[in-house]
Amino acid sequence: MQVKIALSQIYPHMGNLERNLEKHLQHIEEARQHQADLIVFPELSLVGYYVMDLVSELAQTPSEHDPIFARLLKESQTIDMMVGFIQEDSRHRYYIAAAYLSQGKVVHIHRKVYLPTYGIFDDARYFSAGNRLQAFDTRFGRVGMLICEDMWHLSSGYVLWMDGADLLLCHSNSPTRGISASEDGRSTVGRWVDVILQSYSAMFTTYVVHVNRVGYEDGKNFWGGSSVVNPNGNTVIQAPYFEETLLMHSIDLAQLHRTRSVNPLLRDERATLVQAELERILREQTQ
Amino acid sequence: MPNFNVEMPTHILPRIAINVALAEQILVGFIRDQINKAGLSRAVLGLSGGIDSAVSAYLSARALGAENVLVVRMPYRTSAPSSYADAQTVIDDLQLPTATVEITDMADALITRFPHMSNLRKGNIMARSRMVVLYDQSVEWGGLVMGTSNKTEFLLGYSTIYGDSGVALQPIADLYKFQVRQLARHLGVPSPIIDKAPSADLWDGQTDESELGFTYDAVDQLLYLLVDERYTVDEAVAEGFPHDFVLHVWRRVKANHYKRTMPNIAKVSDRTIGHDFLYLRDWTGR
Repeated sequence: MQVKIALSQIYPHMGNLERNLEKHLQHIEEARQHQADLIVFPELSLVGYYVMDLVSELAQTPSEHDPIFARLLKESQTIDMMVGFIQEDSRHRYYIAAAYLSQGKVVHIHRKVYLPTYGIFDDARYFSAGNRLQAFDTRFGRVGMLICEDMWHLSSGYVLWMDGADLLLCHSNSPTRGISASEDGRSTVGRWVDVILQSYSAMFTTYVVHVNRVGYEDGKNFWGGSSVVNPNGNTVIQAPYFEETLLMHSIDLAQLHRTRSVNPLLRDERATLVQAELERILREQTQ
Repeated sequence: MPNFNVEMPTHILPRIAINVALAEQILVGFIRDQINKAGLSRAVLGLSGGIDSAVSAYLSARALGAENVLVVRMPYRTSAPSSYADAQTVIDDLQLPTATVEITDMADALITRFPHMSNLRKGNIMARSRMVVLYDQSVEWGGLVMGTSNKTEFLLGYSTIYGDSGVALQPIADLYKFQVRQLARHLGVPSPIIDKAPSADLWDGQTDESELGFTYDAVDQLLYLLVDERYTVDEAVAEGFPHDFVLHVWRRVKANHYKRTMPNIAKVSDRTIGHDFLYLRDWTGR
């Protein structure tokens, strides 16, 4: 089965929901013209990243009662999408969230589990942490979503893999750090993310899609470089650095059986052993 | 005046080297973004004839188009004529709109009232006079005032608060002098500007390195270890830097932090600017 994926590498403008919605709709339309099945937007694509004290006024509840989601749900009748937003729960806690919309419905919401709060990051000052890592069924098979820092933890991908995800959709607001001449033309963080994505795909024998934003917030720039990595650990397509782009790429889900015939890592994986050892380790650590 | 005229390590220099093409892309995009977010399309820049303002001029011209970058030469009566001539080579190369506003009269109005004024005070008055001229020109020109400070001088506090640090945006303030030179070569800055001894040109014969008491190459390597790589003083000494040099530089970085931050606001209310009233500078949402 071929799935045509559109990677929407946009510049979400901090705090400007209307302008960002317009950009989403524009890329959705363009993706549709290319017969894309799924479009993936960056982390917090509707609101921008360093929202700071604007969190509460930018928060949304993803349903047809929210005018922006109502519009996106309508669009999802003909194209699936992964969109980033701030979710407010019924008790007024705020989460960095990713929604998967399909056929007019909210299929799944992932809340960012790992909130980076170090260096240039301050997520945990403003947001609550999600506490679930769950795969979900789509018309393309089982999918898992991760948000930025989530994918820097091997365990996140592992849990989704065990939960049946054959397609990992990751999105980020990754600012450039490090432009040493000793790197191979990439930024330090760009090289690091590529290694993570390739490691995920090679070790889990899955497809990995990553969409990173571009643009600037104060002095920080977001490098883009969105990519698709196939189940053999090869980066098969990558968007340019720094430029707004809509990148189209078809993945062949039949590659999963070919790769897993050669490398039956999933077949041989021993989750119960991992569980038993983790339980032992955690038990010993708390003694 | 300190003098650390001893042999310094050079083996850190390759680690400082940047990918100049990436730097250009990021900085050109930054300038365009900042000016656009202000709802403008133009910039004003003080062009001294030195490497920092030259690099800022090249980046600004690429970001905004040369016709949108007004460069202002602001000589004082003691400024070296060669600085003025070096600035001209940048103007000719980029075809920049230009203004010349001498600061001698405005600076001397204050300086002559204090016959025993130190060079430091005079230099500060000149730097602040130039800031006044640039902000005045920015209104007429309809552009933001472009910063030209580099990371080395900013960290060392080798700058005048509300003088050369009084700007709207800082495109090269995260680049050490060594990296500014690299970028200058990449951008095609005329080589006499890159090769000459850096100088604030506040008085005859002044050079940065004689005034600082060490070379940029030496201090760039040390600052890179202490700041970027988070080395301790002892770890930096183990790399071959003299202990007193490391302490001197680190003390300067700490002592001048006030020049790099907004003045503290005494908190009394429930919500205070800078403390818990927190928004990006780019709050405009454009």
